[in-house]
Amino acid sequence: MQELIVRAKELLEKGEVARVLGWKKGEQEYDAEPAFFETAESLDNFVYNGFCGANLSKYMIEAGKKEGKTLVFLKPCDSYSYNQLLREHRVDREKAYIIGVGCKGKLAISKIPFDGILKVSGAQYPDAQEILTVETLYGTETIPYKDAMLERCHVCKGKDHVVYDELLGESADTVDADRFAEVERIEKMSPEEKFAYFQSELSKCIRCNACRNVCPACSCRKCVFDSTAFDSEQKANTTSFEEKMFHIIRAFHVAGRCTDCGECSRVCPQGIPLHLFNRKFIKDINALYGEYQAGSDLECPAPLTSFTTTDAEPGVGRG
Amino acid sequence: MRRIGVFVCHCGSNIAATVDVKKVVEMALQEQGVVHAEDYPYMCSEAGQVRIAEAIREHQLTGMVVCSCSPRMHEATFRKCAERNGLNPYLVEIANIREHCSWIHKDMAEATEKAVILMRAAVAKVHLNAPLQAGESAVTKRALVIGGGIAGIQTALDIADAGYKVDIVEKEPSIGGRMSQLDKTFPTLDCSACILTPKMVEAASHENITIHTWSEVEKVSGFVGNFTVDIRKKARYVDMDKCTGCGVCQEKCPSKKSLNEFNRGLNTRSAIYTPFAQAIPNVPVIDATACIKLKTGKCGICEKFCQVGAINYAQTDEIITEQYGAIVVATGFDTIKLDKYGEYAYGHSKDVITSLELERIMNAAGPTKGHLERLSDGKAPKEIVFIQCVGSRCSDDRGKPYCSKICCMYTAKHAMLIRDKYPDTNVTVFYIDVRTPGKNFDEFYRRAVEDYGVNYIKGQVGKVAPQPDGSLLVHGVDLLENKQILKKADMVVLATAIEPNADVRKIATMLTASIDTNNFLTEAHPKLRPVESPTAGVFLSGVCQGPKDIPETVAQAGAAAVKVIGLLAKDKLKTNPCTAKADELRCNGCSQCANVCPYGAISYETRLVNDHGIREDRRIAVVNSALCQGCGACTVTCPSGAMDLQGFSNRQLIAEVDAICR
Repeated sequence: MQELIVRAKELLEKGEVARVLGWKKGEQEYDAEPAFFETAESLDNFVYNGFCGANLSKYMIEAGKKEGKTLVFLKPCDSYSYNQLLREHRVDREKAYIIGVGCKGKLAISKIPFDGILKVSGAQYPDAQEILTVETLYGTETIPYKDAMLERCHVCKGKDHVVYDELLGESADTVDADRFAEVERIEKMSPEEKFAYFQSELSKCIRCNACRNVCPACSCRKCVFDSTAFDSEQKANTTSFEEKMFHIIRAFHVAGRCTDCGECSRVCPQGIPLHLFNRKFIKDINALYGEYQAGSDLECPAPLTSFTTTDAEPGVGRG
Repeated sequence: MRRIGVFVCHCGSNIAATVDVKKVVEMALQEQGVVHAEDYPYMCSEAGQVRIAEAIREHQLTGMVVCSCSPRMHEATFRKCAERNGLNPYLVEIANIREHCSWIHKDMAEATEKAVILMRAAVAKVHLNAPLQAGESAVTKRALVIGGGIAGIQTALDIADAGYKVDIVEKEPSIGGRMSQLDKTFPTLDCSACILTPKMVEAASHENITIHTWSEVEKVSGFVGNFTVDIRKKARYVDMDKCTGCGVCQEKCPSKKSLNEFNRGLNTRSAIYTPFAQAIPNVPVIDATACIKLKTGKCGICEKFCQVGAINYAQTDEIITEQYGAIVVATGFDTIKLDKYGEYAYGHSKDVITSLELERIMNAAGPTKGHLERLSDGKAPKEIVFIQCVGSRCSDDRGKPYCSKICCMYTAKHAMLIRDKYPDTNVTVFYIDVRTPGKNFDEFYRRAVEDYGVNYIKGQVGKVAPQPDGSLLVHGVDLLENKQILKKADMVVLATAIEPNADVRKIATMLTASIDTNNFLTEAHPKLRPVESPTAGVFLSGVCQGPKDIPETVAQAGAAAVKVIGLLAKDKLKTNPCTAKADELRCNGCSQCANVCPYGAISYETRLVNDHGIREDRRIAVVNSALCQGCGACTVTCPSGAMDLQGFSNRQLIAEVDAICR
């Protein structure tokens, strides 16, 4: 962590960047949250540890509107989101200085199954331990680091950054699960079972909009759900199962652009596995149009916005 | 609030017999904004239009809905009527209560309920319609004809004679197409080449016609009146300007083992070749897959013998880009492959041939110099069996469901010619039906039976079995006598089904022209617009639209030419104002709409936007309304709903759906 702060201070002091986009300490170590740092002194609050799962790329849209360059720390998987935004002309590469920061898997506090957590140690980068020690109101517990990792880290995109100006720190590929296993499990359900499954998951939704607000693909200047022009907001409310419309429409809107960064599920206060919608689209796109990873490069034609005469035509019966 | 008039048409009994039109009027009057509603037997008639005009004046209508037939039939009629009476034509909506309702329902209560719903949807839409103004676009006064067979040649000649420039693009080394492969033509038995070659010569020498042979259409962009087409001129390896067509190169070429496509692969040709003697242009091409020089670098004999130095091995494909106002598809047909018809022993015995192969055998320039002989041993056949409908009128997936239309007549022709020239050869025809609807066609068929003694048997053939003695045993059935027939034959001729040329799918895709399940190009209306494609500016000529004989093809070719001439004669075309438009406050500038736009109509600009007091430079999509065809691909791609189609806005469509669901 210290080397990140040193480098950030250096760049700020040299005037090469006007601000730093990183993570700041919360009340607890596991409360790290995205923050802009305008001065070298403010960097004292900078933190980089196992709880810095937040993907900073979307904040670069706003950063691009400010004067001067912004230094941003991107983990390998975050760099895909940044690249996708770059492809959509939503961020200005000229106004970003990207440090590709090392990552060996990020943690989810929700995956640490103890009550009354006071302090988690062992998540400190770069000396993260294989076993996390958790102090609780009721005593000290331990849990393997792997068991507390975010879902997305179990299907890690790899240790390489797709866009950066310099690299700091080591990364590791933490994949240890099949990315599409859960989607396949749901695919095998009968239509009634699927409906019941999604109804039970989505009815937990409180429409806090956290998934939309955190999603790098949901970067519209004006979201259709905030618009009076389409009455979509009211329409979503006319059904007893209102959230299905919101989440399904959102999944359609990000289809082909979603990098599967997993932020939607990470921030959902209700623990809805929202990433499954996106992953179903990704799985189908891979099957119909060939393997595609949104954000992996800037040039190759995107499957849903390009057309070739050999395209599969699912549903037309000659796919 | 709009003042809307609703006009319900009876269409005689077409609508009124199934839909309670009075009820639709009554329900219309209950809709918000509807100040007038009436029904009339024929709304499209002069009298019907007078009633509309009176209503517009009397009720000061600011919008109207006509509940009638498909907008493809009379939308233009009612829009013009509105315009004449001071109402913007785009404030008119059609509720299709005929094709979408009365014609597909039997129950009056159900049909009436649906008609009311369709009327409501249209009323809901009209409330949100904006008055639109059509723009104008110029017309490039030049036509492209894809395919240089008789259809393409005739269309090109007719367009050229009217004074317009025409280009023919032909993928083979010569124009002429299938007709150039035929020996004689029915029902007059005149020689095909004798009537075709004068037209070929006329096309080649016409000052308004440019012929690109050995060329293919590579890319099409633009729209009616303004197409831009890339044409690939394949490397010929022979300089068109220098070559005199002397033919020495072909005589001297040592690579002579390539199958002769013109003779349906029944003999071979040299690597440098002109497909047939009367080829136009009379300039050979080098088949790069067979040429020893191009394959190994060693040979160069043709170059050595060419007196004028026309051979150029270094030639490469060239892409030329041309502008056209109209495009005619005349891509013709081929016979189907017979690999699913093993029972006829085609490919197994050399003496089982297709009718098109028989044409080449009968032709003086063919592989046997016009002598009717068996390809296996060169002997004259004494018993010939013709099998009709091989792959035509087929109910399984081995063949085609349609009638190929030309086979009955050409088989009668073949039978008659053989009986005339070889009176000691017996000819038997197995048929399902003999179809001869055409001028002098049935008389022709009867002559074959009555004057030439051709033996017609109603029934199908189940099997052709090659025998050890070289003959063919035909297992057939005589349905009229109700008995099985075993017939020994020396030669069997299959009336093979025809299908659109394999390239037609590719071309249809480039032109965004639609094709049917059999790959025939679809006409804009099967009865009333048979030579126009539903895509504006694209016309159809010949068998690419459906099976046809030569007289029909020539007639349709002329009809397509007239439509092209009608288009090119205009200096300006009215453009469709229903084009896309980006809302600058919603646009993310993400480029997805530009990626999906098939017409290249969307570009971007960075401009200062005032978003409720926030002033910032934003990348915003800009639609070129001259290029936009209103397809709506951008509107469904735009995640933020910034892109909208004028006349079919998201709000209008949602209002329609809401009205239907009410």
